[in-house]
Amino acid sequence: MAINAMQNRAPVAQKPHKVEIKADADVGAYIDVEINGKGYTVPFGMTILEACRNNNIHIPSLCYHEDLCLAGACRVCVVEVEGMRTLQASCAYPITNKIKIWTTSERVRKARRHILDLLLSEHYGECYSCVRNNNCELQRLAKEYGVDFYRFGHIKEPRYEVDRSSYAIVRDMDKCVLCKRCVRTCIDLQEVGVLEATRRGYSTLISTFMDKPILDVICINCGQCINRCPTGALRAKDPSDEIWKAIDDPTKHVVIQTAPSIRAAIGEEFGLPPGHSMTGQMVTALRMIGFDRVFDTNFAADLTIMEEGTELLLRLKRKYLFGDPEVKLPQFTSCSPGWIKFIEHYYPEHLDYLSTCKSPQQMFGAIIKTFYAQEMQIDPANIVTVAVMPCTAKKFECNRPEMNASGYKDIDYGLTTRELAQMIKEAGIYLPELPKSYFDEPFGNASGAGLIFGATGGVMEAALRTVYEIVTGREVPFENLDITPCRGMDGVRQGSVILTDVKDEWRFLEGFEVKFMIAHGTSNARKVMEALIHGELDDYHFVEIMACPGGCIGGGGQPIPTSPEIRRKRAEAIYNEDKELPIRKSHENPHIKYIYEKFLVDGPCGHISHKLLHTHYVKRGKFIV
Amino acid sequence: MPIINDTVFFDERAHGEALEKALKMTPQEVVLEVRESGLRGRGGAGFPTGTKWMLALTAKSDKKFVVCNADEGEPGTFKDRVLLSEYTKLVLEGIVIGGYAIQAQKGFIYLRGEYAYLYEYLNDYLERMRKEKRLGKNILGTNFDFDIEIRLGSGAYVCGEETALIESLEGHRGEARNRPPFPVNTGYLGYPTIVNNVETFACAYIVISKGAQWFSKYGTEKSKGMKLISVSGDCKKPGVYEVPFGIKVKELLELVGAEDTKAVQIGGASGICVPMSEIDRNISFEDIPTGGSVIIFNQNRNMLEVLKNFMEFFVEESCGQCTPCRIGNKKLLEGVELLEEGKCSHKYLNELIELGKTMQIASKCGLGQSSPNPFISIVTNFKDEIMSNSIRGKNGY
Repeated sequence: MAINAMQNRAPVAQKPHKVEIKADADVGAYIDVEINGKGYTVPFGMTILEACRNNNIHIPSLCYHEDLCLAGACRVCVVEVEGMRTLQASCAYPITNKIKIWTTSERVRKARRHILDLLLSEHYGECYSCVRNNNCELQRLAKEYGVDFYRFGHIKEPRYEVDRSSYAIVRDMDKCVLCKRCVRTCIDLQEVGVLEATRRGYSTLISTFMDKPILDVICINCGQCINRCPTGALRAKDPSDEIWKAIDDPTKHVVIQTAPSIRAAIGEEFGLPPGHSMTGQMVTALRMIGFDRVFDTNFAADLTIMEEGTELLLRLKRKYLFGDPEVKLPQFTSCSPGWIKFIEHYYPEHLDYLSTCKSPQQMFGAIIKTFYAQEMQIDPANIVTVAVMPCTAKKFECNRPEMNASGYKDIDYGLTTRELAQMIKEAGIYLPELPKSYFDEPFGNASGAGLIFGATGGVMEAALRTVYEIVTGREVPFENLDITPCRGMDGVRQGSVILTDVKDEWRFLEGFEVKFMIAHGTSNARKVMEALIHGELDDYHFVEIMACPGGCIGGGGQPIPTSPEIRRKRAEAIYNEDKELPIRKSHENPHIKYIYEKFLVDGPCGHISHKLLHTHYVKRGKFIV
Repeated sequence: MPIINDTVFFDERAHGEALEKALKMTPQEVVLEVRESGLRGRGGAGFPTGTKWMLALTAKSDKKFVVCNADEGEPGTFKDRVLLSEYTKLVLEGIVIGGYAIQAQKGFIYLRGEYAYLYEYLNDYLERMRKEKRLGKNILGTNFDFDIEIRLGSGAYVCGEETALIESLEGHRGEARNRPPFPVNTGYLGYPTIVNNVETFACAYIVISKGAQWFSKYGTEKSKGMKLISVSGDCKKPGVYEVPFGIKVKELLELVGAEDTKAVQIGGASGICVPMSEIDRNISFEDIPTGGSVIIFNQNRNMLEVLKNFMEFFVEESCGQCTPCRIGNKKLLEGVELLEEGKCSHKYLNELIELGKTMQIASKCGLGQSSPNPFISIVTNFKDEIMSNSIRGKNGY
């Protein structure tokens, strides 16, 4: 399929170099180089920076990021290459012949120190009043180079107004070091492109279209730029003060739900290596902080599977049994609010392909303020719903005006993993040493299917586990229920499941091949949408899209830094936990059965669920609505 | 206004029919002829043109491009304008020869935004060439197809840097690319591309028309041929001159009628400032290279003001991409302002000179690498004036 061959929109100046392997006799696939006087053999075309890091030779860097195309702009990573008059940016220099490299010569050290002094002279603000204190790459570099005074002066007055217009992202350009990681994230990684360098020379500024506030441009709030900003120039809008206030208010019943991917990442904020699941400790910490109830969003994920899976089956029925030409297939998932805003802006004419299901966060909010409030006999006006999400777009989502079917805001506050960790620290708690405890009833039980929502492909896998069983009455034919085509980190993945020996009710699906596709990162979403427009997805039925690379485990609210390796480890933690769970299929979750018996009595996609759990979308286009 | 003095290269006799001659040669022969002539890039960097063309010719690709860099933005240079308006044939047919030499299908003239008034004239000229079968399909009856399109710049100095120029041609913000890979491999839209100065193409025309041997009779060992120099500032006869490479600064000053000279800025804002004690030095790639700008200052000029002017230029014209150039130039300018106020210590001045040296080796492209040149050469060569001038002026010493 042509999907993976499509070009992205980043300028060549900001793209990785493709070095063709030449068939030179003396140059093979590997090259001998000399680094700091020692010999190494490195792959042809590998950059000096990669070659050094692979061999445990440290080179400091700033604008370089593993996920992004090259810039070669900050010049912090310069090294000396023998025979060249100037120093070379090691991040951008592909090794194509036998060269001698010095990474810490006098010229190199002096240049790096000068560059650092220049960056610091323009970096406004004090470290102790910064959200990135102790996790700032500029701060780390200053320490590494022993900076103890401002050689070229220091900005004393702020020059730019902080842009707090967005629900999700706060931009403070006084802290910007113009590494352009955010620009490259937006245009190259996500292909949204709301950020770009404007003006020129010393006046250069990262800005939006016409310098508009970020709320007024077509930002999808994915927050990937925040995860890659080396300083505190970009950060999420933090609602924790209001949450503390609600906790301290005895009249408020404060309920928190935690998304599946939080547990796999929050340990990193406490110094643990990536891939340590902290589920039980996190629940304990949340109770200690003072939340009245601690619920698991996985429950709502199970609910989503019931609704979204049923919706898919209904669409299949309408199309293939009744031959309704109006039915849009493939059905696209709607859990990722970044993806929703992306399609609303970029493909507003294709919103009918989206599932009408709310995201698990919003479904849960609606259930809490209705069913839960009834059961507990609490006035929903006094319930405050907080959602800990790996996501900045969720902050926007919970403020969408249509998200209040119960008469109250489904979710009052969206909190990121980072902000939650901050609250835990502020409460004087060291998370890794806490005893484990369980989520609260009546939503304490969740299936492994809900859990794997956190990784790319997880929603698809969870849905297939349930849909296949609804239709055939048997488990999906994959070992241990692990639907391997759904897993992995390839940008666009596809697969199919054939339905055989179906139940009578689903006779029309006998022998039917359900074709699915999974994409993560909106640049891949764009590829899928272009394929859809060109009719290449006509025989597909279900498409999962997550706005963030890696899915929620790589979300814009997750601990910083991020890298392919970190995301892989977080995903592993989630899949390992799924394996251990007694219930791994959404429809087998007893609490799900209970809620359909007691509350959503007309079943999935019934009237009640339509009112509370489903939503509609806005044709935004390029205009801000 | 044509070239002021008697010319060897650009006179009528040089206007032989080089295009006819080139098309009868093989592309390899054209490239070898250019290589043999010792022609080096006239934009200032002096990369051997024949080598550049050979790399582009041997690069395997179904598409190749030729770009004529007519973004003549270096302060004090105006010789390309003269070539484009008075010696158009040499330039345009030189581009076609370059296209034939590397087997390209398309050429661009990246014309400086301020030269928009030449756009119509050049386009008419191209149209005439097409009618005369010197451009377009089957040029002069051969099976070589080549066409030229003019693109206008928008006034960014950095777009004279070849990779920033290519970015601009592609419709992006003018910012230098990382190199390697070089444009001869990965240029316009990723295809092999040669970017040469206006004068280089005219010289290539002359090489083909008169032969490499004739061409290399002029100049020095490593700088062959004649060079066009745009002379401005304090002299009687400013204008464009054709001089042999290796000419002494002193000789040039005599030629243009400069008197009471204090300093000569050679190579434009990014060049170096030569004091009278060094006017025996010569203009060549071996000694003082230049793209063609010579600005003369007489004894009445305040060198600090001269320097401030240059630094203000760079603070504005840096593309803003890399740290040393974006912030470094600003710090140098602030240093000049401190000097004006008499508040710059010798220690800090030395610190700034060291910063300038870092900028020369750590900046991403030629702009940042050469922008500290005037700062370093003026504060070194005129240290007494620069320190005492400022101290006496404001602090009443």
